[in-house]
Amino acid sequence: MNSGDTAWVLVSTALVMLMTPGLAFFYGGMVRRKNVLSILMQCFFVLCLVSVLWVVYGYSLAFAPGTGFWGGMQWSMLNGVGLEPYNDYSATIPHQAFMIFQAMFAVITPALILGAFAERMKFSSFVVFMALWLTLVYAPICHWVWGMGGFLRNMGALDFAGGTVVHINAGIAALVTALMIGPRKNVPKHVPSPHNLPFVALGTALLWFGWFGFNAGSSLAANGLAVNAFVVTNTAAAAAGLSWAAIEWFRNGKPTLFGICSGAVAGLVAITPAAGFVNVSGALAIGLLVSVFCYIAAAIIKPKLGYDDALDAFGVHCVGGIWGALATGLFATKLVNAAGNDGLFYGNPAQFIVQLKAVAVTLIYSTVVTVILFKAIDMVMGMRVETKDEDIGLDLTQHHERAYTMLE
Amino acid sequence: MKMVIAIIQPSKLDDVKDELYKADINLMTVSEVLGHGRQKGVTEIYRGAREMGNLLRKVRIEIAVNDNFVEPAVRAIIKGAKTGETGDGKIFIMPLENTIRIRTEERGAIAIG
Repeated sequence: MNSGDTAWVLVSTALVMLMTPGLAFFYGGMVRRKNVLSILMQCFFVLCLVSVLWVVYGYSLAFAPGTGFWGGMQWSMLNGVGLEPYNDYSATIPHQAFMIFQAMFAVITPALILGAFAERMKFSSFVVFMALWLTLVYAPICHWVWGMGGFLRNMGALDFAGGTVVHINAGIAALVTALMIGPRKNVPKHVPSPHNLPFVALGTALLWFGWFGFNAGSSLAANGLAVNAFVVTNTAAAAAGLSWAAIEWFRNGKPTLFGICSGAVAGLVAITPAAGFVNVSGALAIGLLVSVFCYIAAAIIKPKLGYDDALDAFGVHCVGGIWGALATGLFATKLVNAAGNDGLFYGNPAQFIVQLKAVAVTLIYSTVVTVILFKAIDMVMGMRVETKDEDIGLDLTQHHERAYTMLE
Repeated sequence: MKMVIAIIQPSKLDDVKDELYKADINLMTVSEVLGHGRQKGVTEIYRGAREMGNLLRKVRIEIAVNDNFVEPAVRAIIKGAKTGETGDGKIFIMPLENTIRIRTEERGAIAIG
């Protein structure tokens, strides 16, 4: 047991916890005034819901020794998950520290999806969808990549902090739900403007801050690898922010705050799987290029195809996540992390193929199960609010509250 | 000259604007207002305190037009805003004594468009 490692993982856990409220402001600023509370409420609800489910059975399902598909139920209620280290996951910190760190990842992943179906989902159906998605999509994929005996882990796929498990997984589920619930009323004819860009900037700041815990904390130790992850995380976020702004400057004549924020988040997404395996030149390449791909997805392909991924959960997280996972297979080097592997540019093309496989498996599984879950809940209780309620807004119709008053 | 004032549902503003543009009416003033018509309000609850908010958000459009544009304006607003449900709103038409364009100091019909 190492007190420095334990302290760092606990602080990182708190940092990752803050990302979900950060995401709430990031997304909340992008919707119309009448729906801002619904976004904040959905994020806070997921924080509470998943925190409870995780200690009851979620952690066990994802991490207990089990089959290659998912873990067992023997660690339900944290039975056997104690204050001594569990060597297979982390030899220097209490097992429960690892568990609560992982809990925050399980919280933010389903929350990422909600940007896709923002402004039109019934709250009760949202709650059921989130609980089932955590259980049937997140827990298995988490087990495959990070759990003992998980088959992607055994295959040698590199995912430092959750590019496949978190971002590709949530991002493709986002596209599925956006397509299945249908576009918001009048979209894409009239795409509503974000109601509060300062909120978007505040959310970006909180996400960036929290991401140091997400990536550098994933080292699970206060060591050099954590420092490497910290440095490349900041570098990729900054490079991606600059590159998104540059694209806008070039194409539209002016860079925007919304653009630099979107770019920074895309950079953070892309560096996530790579943070413990690449050096700073890899991080620069990952960051500079991710904005190109995400910009094309969100600003060019989406309007052309007409699907309504309202807040670009797919365009940023799935596209950025895929780039990050594949880029890990290009730029990874054992000079950074001897426990990792070399990528294509360091003479090991096989790693790129492994990364490609891990991406494909995640995309396929998440798509199939998300489609089934959505369809089932839609048949039983209906996913979408009535048009009248969509017009009035989700804040008043789903929560009986409004964010802003016009008169005292 | 007439002043046409319409109170409509906020979600219908885009449709009404589209219809007005089609009728060649491009100049308008839009503001957000609270109103109480026949439509029921929406319940609000704050830490258990229940409030029946009967003032609802509406959008008010003001258009100053020459007489031959009154009917096209009214038809465009109806086309854009009507759903047949309570709460679609109202249109008021009132005489307009004069219009002055500040930049040129022109007055009357010529200053309107």
